[in-house]
Amino acid sequence: GELACTNRRPVKMPFTRFVEIGRVALINYGPEEGKLCTIIDVVDQNRALVDGPYGITGVHRQVINLRRLSLTDFKVKIGLNARAKSLKKAWAAAGVQEKWAATAWAAKRASRSAKASLTDLGRFKAMLAKKTRAKKVKTAFNKLKKSA
Amino acid sequence: RAGRVERSGAVQNRSGQQLQCRESRSVVKKDKMSSRNPMLIKGVRTYGRSKAYSRKQQWKHEKKEGPKKKERTPKTSVLRQRYVPAERVPKRLKSNLTIKKRKTVLKKGIQPGSVLIVLSGRFMGSRVVFLKQLDSGLLLVTGPYKVNGVPIRRINQAYVIATSTTVDISGVKIPEHIDDKYFARVKNAKEGEEGFFSNQEKINPEWLAKRKEDQKAVDTGIVAAIEKVELLDTYLKTKFTLKNGQAPHAMKF
Repeated sequence: GELACTNRRPVKMPFTRFVEIGRVALINYGPEEGKLCTIIDVVDQNRALVDGPYGITGVHRQVINLRRLSLTDFKVKIGLNARAKSLKKAWAAAGVQEKWAATAWAAKRASRSAKASLTDLGRFKAMLAKKTRAKKVKTAFNKLKKSA
Repeated sequence: RAGRVERSGAVQNRSGQQLQCRESRSVVKKDKMSSRNPMLIKGVRTYGRSKAYSRKQQWKHEKKEGPKKKERTPKTSVLRQRYVPAERVPKRLKSNLTIKKRKTVLKKGIQPGSVLIVLSGRFMGSRVVFLKQLDSGLLLVTGPYKVNGVPIRRINQAYVIATSTTVDISGVKIPEHIDDKYFARVKNAKEGEEGFFSNQEKINPEWLAKRKEDQKAVDTGIVAAIEKVELLDTYLKTKFTLKNGQAPHAMKF
């Protein structure tokens, strides 16, 4: 956690994700929903200047309301109002893409969107797969139960 | 406005009488008169019918009646008619005069071989294979019969969900005689009450044999195509159901 007070002994904050320059956030509302972006500058209490970078995430440089952002654990080392070029460099250096994909959060989002895009046949196959897996689990369990 | 004609001091009317003109008035020179019978206000002309007739000298131009032609009722608009009916009789739109019969447009996503989900009727929930659209606009479908018990049947596309799954029926030839007339109800030989109560349970064995034969002719190729794809036969055997939390408008088919 960040240092929060002026005493000699630093206090550990319960918050870990802050709105700061370089914070990677997920846009959770609007036309850019589901895309990652980086906070480049803060406008005021409610708004921040944000950039994808466009080349990596598809988010243009824009002012966005903080309510539309869900902050992630990742932070990128950039200066105030960093260029797109330096932003891309910083992202590559921090390895944000891979780290994000490895999180449970990203995995959940991906699985949910995959489930929603299933066709009727896909749903049927998923149902069969669940059934066969459940059967295997149950037979193994019952076997263990019997032997115990 | 009517064009003013340049007038000099001496102006005569038809009968030779001299008229007095105001020379001081500024006149607009015009080559020809724009209208002999100008509008005073909208719908009201300066001269009435008889006056206009004499001014135009229509008695000169009137044609003598020739040999009697075929009487035709002239097409006059309501406004030109002297007699206008009190109640307006609506006129048929030109587009409605010739009723063209156009074939029902197939829903997007329905192609020959598409798997459809039947939404109502005896085979509600069944997944069937679409064969072709008949002349009446109804869809010709089959189970196939061996797979899920649905015979060759007609369905209205309104009672169907089109899935994105298709069966390859390019090699299947649907017999030509299977059309809308093929599905017409068989009428009873006996008329009236007797006929109504009599042959209710009996099915003509010849008709049944023909049906079975046609079913086989259609289905063999389709079943062969189904068996090539993994799990497709089980899929067609299973009925479509909705579970808790599933909303058809949000689901992809």
